Amino acid sequence: MPPLLRLVQQQGVIMSERKEGQSIEEIYADAVHWHVNTGGETIHAKRMGGRFRSLKWWTGSLWLLFFLSPYARWEGHQAILFDIPHRQFHFFSLTIWPQDIWMLSLVLILLAMTLFGVTAVAGRVWCGYFCFQTVWTDWFTWLEDKIEGNPIQRRKLDAAPWDARKIRLKLFKHSLWLLIAILTGVTFAGYFTDIYRLWVDYLTLQAPLVAWVVLAAFIFGTYVFAGFMREQVCFWLCPYARIQGVMVDKDTILPTYDAKRGEPRGKSRGGDEARGDCVDCKLCVAVCPTGVDIREGMQEGCITCGMCIDACDSVMEKVGRPKGLIRYMSEKEMLGERLPPLYRRPRVIVYSAIFLLSVSGILYGLTHIPPVELSVVHERQPLFMQMSDGSIQNKYTFKAVNKTPEDLRLRLSVSGVPGLQLLAADGDTVTLKSGKTIPFHVFLRARRTQLKQANTPVRFRLQGIDKPEISLEYESVFIGPSKA
Amino acid sequence: MAKQDKPQHAPDTGHEWDGIRELTNPPPRWWMIAFHASWIWCVVYFILYPAIPLVHESTKGILGWTMIKEYKQAVAENEAIKAPYLKKVADMDGQALLADEGMKNFAESSAKALFGDNCAGCHGAGGQGAPGLFPVLADDDWLYGGDIDTIIESITDGRQGDMPAHADMLTDEQIDEMADFVIAASEGKATREQFARFDEYGCSGCHGENAQGGAINELGTGGANLTDSIWRFGSSREEILRTIRYGVNQEDVPNTRVAIMPAFGEKLSPEAIKMLAVKVHEFGGGK
Repeated sequence: MPPLLRLVQQQGVIMSERKEGQSIEEIYADAVHWHVNTGGETIHAKRMGGRFRSLKWWTGSLWLLFFLSPYARWEGHQAILFDIPHRQFHFFSLTIWPQDIWMLSLVLILLAMTLFGVTAVAGRVWCGYFCFQTVWTDWFTWLEDKIEGNPIQRRKLDAAPWDARKIRLKLFKHSLWLLIAILTGVTFAGYFTDIYRLWVDYLTLQAPLVAWVVLAAFIFGTYVFAGFMREQVCFWLCPYARIQGVMVDKDTILPTYDAKRGEPRGKSRGGDEARGDCVDCKLCVAVCPTGVDIREGMQEGCITCGMCIDACDSVMEKVGRPKGLIRYMSEKEMLGERLPPLYRRPRVIVYSAIFLLSVSGILYGLTHIPPVELSVVHERQPLFMQMSDGSIQNKYTFKAVNKTPEDLRLRLSVSGVPGLQLLAADGDTVTLKSGKTIPFHVFLRARRTQLKQANTPVRFRLQGIDKPEISLEYESVFIGPSKA
Repeated sequence: MAKQDKPQHAPDTGHEWDGIRELTNPPPRWWMIAFHASWIWCVVYFILYPAIPLVHESTKGILGWTMIKEYKQAVAENEAIKAPYLKKVADMDGQALLADEGMKNFAESSAKALFGDNCAGCHGAGGQGAPGLFPVLADDDWLYGGDIDTIIESITDGRQGDMPAHADMLTDEQIDEMADFVIAASEGKATREQFARFDEYGCSGCHGENAQGGAINELGTGGANLTDSIWRFGSSREEILRTIRYGVNQEDVPNTRVAIMPAFGEKLSPEAIKMLAVKVHEFGGGK
């Protein structure tokens, strides 16, 4: 089978174009090239410099923000804090309450659209450069490389009997891994409570049980996933790998082996014009963190990190051939077609539109967080009460959350039934303590003659006394005896 | 074991269905890790917790964990959280409880279950009572007084209504007259002559000269206000006649009204009664 066709057939998109009536043996024939990586053997990838290697360092180092952010303080509290006991999320000056959680759904849509859009344009960019699994694994293998040496030395060490040197190297490596794992765990827990206090609690063994459980889970997860599971997580555990895999289309640029130029591969013997540019040095396979041979085409293991591009370019330079035998290229380019511009691709347009809608929704939400959340519950039992003077009384329970940093004084009024009498603890003034929800009762009284029907809609209104711009309304109902 | 990159070349198990052979390829590494982790978890769990059912009971597990212990621990934790507040309730009187917004809320929420267990059977979950049988607590008409201290007293010592049966004391015409009077009084239409008759027949002794109840309440018999719209035993003419004829809580009088509120002073703690009183006060008619 010509390599190009083989390449094309391994891309799921084209696989569906299999001819009717193709026999089962023919399908299995493709499987000759399957390499099912079930983690039977540790992949020791060679590390070498290059454009994409540098890019990966930069994108990966964004995660340093994860480690540093919890220590930032803002207006007397931790700048980023998910305060679960108080049900508040602090982000610098902003405080998000559970009532504002609808914005979270927009944030999730926004993140999904970013992922989809980027994937449609350039494949698994998240996987290759940003994902914590990739980045932590990268840090872990970098340490491994520094401590145990290059892949050949590492394989030799793994096979060697346990002597003092091996124990020393392994102990050192695992200690450093655990150190990163512990830092990861403490940092994560630090987003949910004051991190300075948390450090003291951990170090003095005073931390609450839940903090220990979180720490243990993260140490275990980091150590096992980044230290041992590595590419297995991407192969077998991560759903995003699969979701992104199917979002790639013919326009998506992916690390691609230029088979037309490279094949037939083989060692150059000088003046042999029939040979392609690929010298079959297998460096592209050696550097791959997931153990993929990119020359077999795009496949599930490829996280599009571009390490093979760096490797191949360095070899092409040495053998005096143009760089880019492996390069970011779309399937259309590969087949000699023109790649349409971004604004002519429907998927990019749709993703961008939804992205922009989410952004505007979030911006609207953030600028319109109501200072007070109000809910009024009408008493169910009894629905109404006849009083001594024959009037009808209804009871309401007010639950108001004051989300502003100061106590608020508000004037309570009601409309709906003319002559409705309002009875509350402090007349018509309501004081709401900052950050608290203290429920209180309000009674409404009406004479029977004022009521035209059993159920009359009423509207409560809270108007700020010191801050007139605060104004809230809540619709409820006044219930009286039925007229019939 | 098969070579990883040639899964279809693994030896087969000899099982074959319609040309589909079962091979001896191993499951993926992650799957095996999860499998071993699962059974290790099970073994550890079986050792730590009650697990294996025996004839009469099950193995105890070395942690000694039981569901009832966990429940009791949770209850104890809850009690510990409430303790300082209950202490405050004990130290405060009814008026102070009502004045303190936070403590008032604590008392009201804490009394919810107490009210359901002890009071709601007669007075209804929301204090709505039962017409003619059990008094409403959510209105502003109080036979014995609606201030918090009196409510505490009513719950602690109970109450017992007392109205003589007038069937033998007054003639049928006089009883009819009084029935007309109370109906008129509740509508605010009672005449001067009717009030004079009311006084003459001795009703004002308990219900007050202006028929608004009151003074006699201090004796604990609950002389009702006859001028308001609230009826303890029903507002129809027949019900009114029955109340006048046979009275309230009269021994050996058939058809007499029963109005007995048990004393809770020995059943409930003073703190519980105080919190109940706050709840009753806040139903809507507290004075």
